[in-house]
Amino acid sequence: MKLTRRYRFSASHRLYADSLTETENRAIFGKCANPFGHGHDYALDVSVSGPLDVNTGRIIDLDLLDTLIHRSILEPMEHRNLNIDIAEFQGPLVPTTENLAIVIRDRIAGVWGTYFNASKFPEAALEKIRIEETKRNIFEVAAL
Amino acid sequence: MQITRKVEFSASHLCYHPAFSEEQNRAIYGPASNKNGHGHNYILEVTIDGVPDPVTGMIVDLKEVKEVLNREVVDIMDHRFLNYEVPPFDKIIPTVENVAIDIWNRLDGHFQGQARLKNVRLYETEDLYVDYSGS
Repeated sequence: MKLTRRYRFSASHRLYADSLTETENRAIFGKCANPFGHGHDYALDVSVSGPLDVNTGRIIDLDLLDTLIHRSILEPMEHRNLNIDIAEFQGPLVPTTENLAIVIRDRIAGVWGTYFNASKFPEAALEKIRIEETKRNIFEVAAL
Repeated sequence: MQITRKVEFSASHLCYHPAFSEEQNRAIYGPASNKNGHGHNYILEVTIDGVPDPVTGMIVDLKEVKEVLNREVVDIMDHRFLNYEVPPFDKIIPTVENVAIDIWNRLDGHFQGQARLKNVRLYETEDLYVDYSGS
């Protein structure tokens, strides 16, 4: 069984690769390369899978999932500039929403065990990350 | 090929396990454990898998799907208190997981020919849903 929980955060970014020329950046990223960046209201869908615990009728401790997502994703990213405030994007990695989905997936996966291994739901597993950058641009990445 | 039909129903429920303490119920179910219950506008998306009939061009008769969804789910759950009015939720906790499984069980027998029930997606709120496909 699979459960999906939606979270929301707003952040700014600029899509610009230092290794490319101004013209190349403009050609690839268009207005997303504008020098001062711009923002989005991101919708983040976190899907988890696991067997149903027949006693509680749940597959995961939702409170614990919320706590993990708040600490690892929402608190650091909410109302922040992804290029400047998020460590993974301070180097050459461009904060496209493809890369953002991978960064979020890896952050969640990196701490998953510390939250759930000792919980009532040790078999709950991260399944998929889906991000709506806008209503028209949607990105998905599977858990490893 | 798959086709998905969506319906809505509104119902109240509470998630409280009599064998657990107050603190345990609060820890597991949060405010959903409040004793007098609360409600949701559930959105149910039922996906049916099949091959379009060469004559009609349809995987399944959607009128029939609509009738089955209304008869087996909406008529039974809409504007009801699940714990008190809709078995088996007098015996098991109506978490969104359990409600989705119950809906699957209610629908599965009706789509076992060429068009088969593929997935039940149940939104409890717009920020929380489960998918169940029979296992």
